[in-house]
Amino acid sequence: MSYFIVLTLTGIAAGMIYAALALALVLIWRATRIVNFAQGALAMTTTYIALAVIRATDNYWIGFAAALIAGLMLGAIAERFLVRRVENGPPLNAVILTLGLFLILEAVVPMIWGAQIRGFPAPFSISASQIGGMYFALSPFNLFTIGVVLAVMGGMLLLFRFTSLGLRMRATAFAPDIARLLGVRVGRLLTFGWAIATLTGSIAGLLVAPTLLLYPSNMDAILVYGFTAAVLGGLDSPVGALVGGLAIGLGLSYIGGYLGADLEAIGALVILIGILMVRPQGLFVHSVERRA
Amino acid sequence: MTLVDRLGARGTLVKHAVLAVLFIVVAGGAIYLLDSVNAFLVYQLSSVAYIAIAAAGLTVLTGLNGQLSLGHGALMAIGAYTTAVVLKTYTDLNPAIVMVAAVLVTALGSIAVGTGAARLRGPYLAGATLGLAVGLPGVAVRFSGVFGGDAGLNVPALSSPDALSTLPQEVWVAWVWLIPAAITFLLLANLLRTRYGRDFRAIREDEVASALHGIRVARTQVVAFVLSGACAGLAGSLMAYTSNLAAPGSFPLTLSLELLAAIVIGGLGTLPGAVWGALVIVFAPDWIGTLHDVLKLPGPIRDQLPLALFGVVFIAAMLLFPHGIQGGIHRLWLLRAARRSRAASD
Amino acid sequence: MLEVDDLHVSYGGVTALDGVKLSVPTNGITAVLGPNGAGKSTLLKSIAGLIKPRGGRVTYNGRALIGMPPEEIVRLGVSMVPEGGGVIRELTVEENLRLAQMWHHNGGDARKAIDDVMEMFPPLAARRRNAAHSLSGGERQMLAVGRALVSRAELLLLDEPSLGLAPKFVILIMQTVRRLCAERGISVLLVEQNARSALSIADEAVLLSAGRTIAARTAGELAKNEELWHAYLGY
Repeated sequence: MSYFIVLTLTGIAAGMIYAALALALVLIWRATRIVNFAQGALAMTTTYIALAVIRATDNYWIGFAAALIAGLMLGAIAERFLVRRVENGPPLNAVILTLGLFLILEAVVPMIWGAQIRGFPAPFSISASQIGGMYFALSPFNLFTIGVVLAVMGGMLLLFRFTSLGLRMRATAFAPDIARLLGVRVGRLLTFGWAIATLTGSIAGLLVAPTLLLYPSNMDAILVYGFTAAVLGGLDSPVGALVGGLAIGLGLSYIGGYLGADLEAIGALVILIGILMVRPQGLFVHSVERRA
Repeated sequence: MTLVDRLGARGTLVKHAVLAVLFIVVAGGAIYLLDSVNAFLVYQLSSVAYIAIAAAGLTVLTGLNGQLSLGHGALMAIGAYTTAVVLKTYTDLNPAIVMVAAVLVTALGSIAVGTGAARLRGPYLAGATLGLAVGLPGVAVRFSGVFGGDAGLNVPALSSPDALSTLPQEVWVAWVWLIPAAITFLLLANLLRTRYGRDFRAIREDEVASALHGIRVARTQVVAFVLSGACAGLAGSLMAYTSNLAAPGSFPLTLSLELLAAIVIGGLGTLPGAVWGALVIVFAPDWIGTLHDVLKLPGPIRDQLPLALFGVVFIAAMLLFPHGIQGGIHRLWLLRAARRSRAASD
Repeated sequence: MLEVDDLHVSYGGVTALDGVKLSVPTNGITAVLGPNGAGKSTLLKSIAGLIKPRGGRVTYNGRALIGMPPEEIVRLGVSMVPEGGGVIRELTVEENLRLAQMWHHNGGDARKAIDDVMEMFPPLAARRRNAAHSLSGGERQMLAVGRALVSRAELLLLDEPSLGLAPKFVILIMQTVRRLCAERGISVLLVEQNARSALSIADEAVLLSAGRTIAARTAGELAKNEELWHAYLGY
């Protein structure tokens, strides 16, 4: 296959992972107007938990489930006990708080499991698939990645559009004080929002670990890419997270492929600043201002 | 009315100059005393010097002007690498000139970043500077011909001034670094008294009102950024000279976060706070080390504990103590002043 | 039913309410009148739980409301319609109504309750699936009243429902409120700048000025005696 097509396909697979992290950031931004800088570290932590469970039970899927559950719990605990206190203050405080959480996680994880680079299993082969006699640049694991993220996004869509819970969450995101006057228990929904956001982030962590390997700071760059993708799509828009993720995935794949893998991270920065200078509100804008 | 009040604006300059000299004397004394106790501690004081310089710049940018930067470690890297690259070609160049070059190059870089960042607010700015911190080391690796790749570039040892030639490098470096530190703090302190200092604060308080008052917001934001970048560049250059190395591994994301920790702990927006914070983050691993020896903690815990504690400090600061050490001191001062005036009026 | 006693509210150093006292009897309509800045909205927000008062007592059927979050106060049957209708613009008309009845969740009744509202206000039925920001001012107030119904409120706190509405809508809204009071036993605390329309349906009236209750009369007395209210309100 031509180099360009290979880059494109792998870019799509990577982009899905960035989209998942972007979605996590978007969910939290919609709910609490905070950028969660600890999102990557949370995903890294749940991946370590998954590894421990996989080792203990010798079963990938149990570990996968464990990561999701851990994600739900960590997100809920973080919101309820830490973020709740700074939700209504100056944005700088929330940023520093999430950075504090980031530091604690990146320090505590190696305290428990050590800082060495570890491998992480993939449930399907990570070498290129074969269809007929031809090699196809996407491995079964890549296909699984794309499928899982699409499934998660689909699930979120269904949740928000068609369920009462989703309606309440949208109401909380658009106008929390009015929602309160309608009897919506905003606090619980914010906790729930953080829980499912962190679950989404956990998925990104699980999907990236087989190729990126597992070490305490492995999600740092992914956080930057996810953030860039979220901003590109508009921090308020889950669909934007998907589109943004794909765009960043492709963009970085080309940059890495043609200019050198070490430049991917700085390439993301250039893209980010470019977007913010040209269209600061992102590509998909829902509502303009947040009202009470 | 104090002497300073009577001297007016010139009085402030005098006051700052006096403080600077006092600072040099006190710090110099500390170095002299510590030297007889433990040379390594003195070496750490030289780290404190450049961390304080970087923290001072950051505290002006973030504390006073309200622009949160998570990328100042990367700006320090620019200063360090400039130093290394210049010295590769001009090995015997006077360090002062090299440092000026480092400051200028970093300032130029900061103009670029600052201009891009000027329109960004809050989390967007934080995210962009985070990208800088995560991404810049990769550039050094990519262009390894110039920058020495993962191993980095060597920075030749400084030759000591004759007066101090009897002292080992760690010690006289600590003495000498007092000078750029004092100069930086002096310049910053005076600058903050000018219109710029007021404008920085005004923009942080209320951007719209500042614009309506005729302050050119975007321009001032860039000035703040460049100023803090220049400090970071100087700090990076000093760091390169101190450790004889400029390598990607010296500038991880955690360095940027440690600088932020320094100014949060010391007191956001205060210059003395930058010094307190620098002391804390440089010496924290030692204190942890002592704790470790006393409590017999396992190895991995000892290594990671400083970072974990900084994280706890961030959280605690946001939840409980928004004002840091300097703020605590300030509050004590206010309390004493209040008590004194009450006693006087009784 | 609703008792407010010695309510003190301040924000940022400004005293908004300085010892307000009033009561709303069961199945009655009480109007709160007064000039701009008198603290009328603040009063409603404090009762509804959006603002925490510095001091005083608010009881509803004997239960103290101060300190309760708004979403719990709604569950007691106290429903506030803020200025502008309290409508979430990004959601559709139908979704706004669904939200309002969600806290006392029962599926079948919900459908019926929403359909009743559509019957009562045909313009809403026509815009059922449109986003609420496409509604006119009058339609928004209809939606506001509709969602108050759907939420089974027993005490309605209405903040300036007639603001910005054309006279015919004002009449419609006021008459609907009066009817609901009569048919469903709802009580109403009505804040209004448009004193005349408020007095046309109210039983009692309270006059607020600079955060204080300066008079409490029956609506009839005030309506008849224009001089009285000019004297109190200055206009």
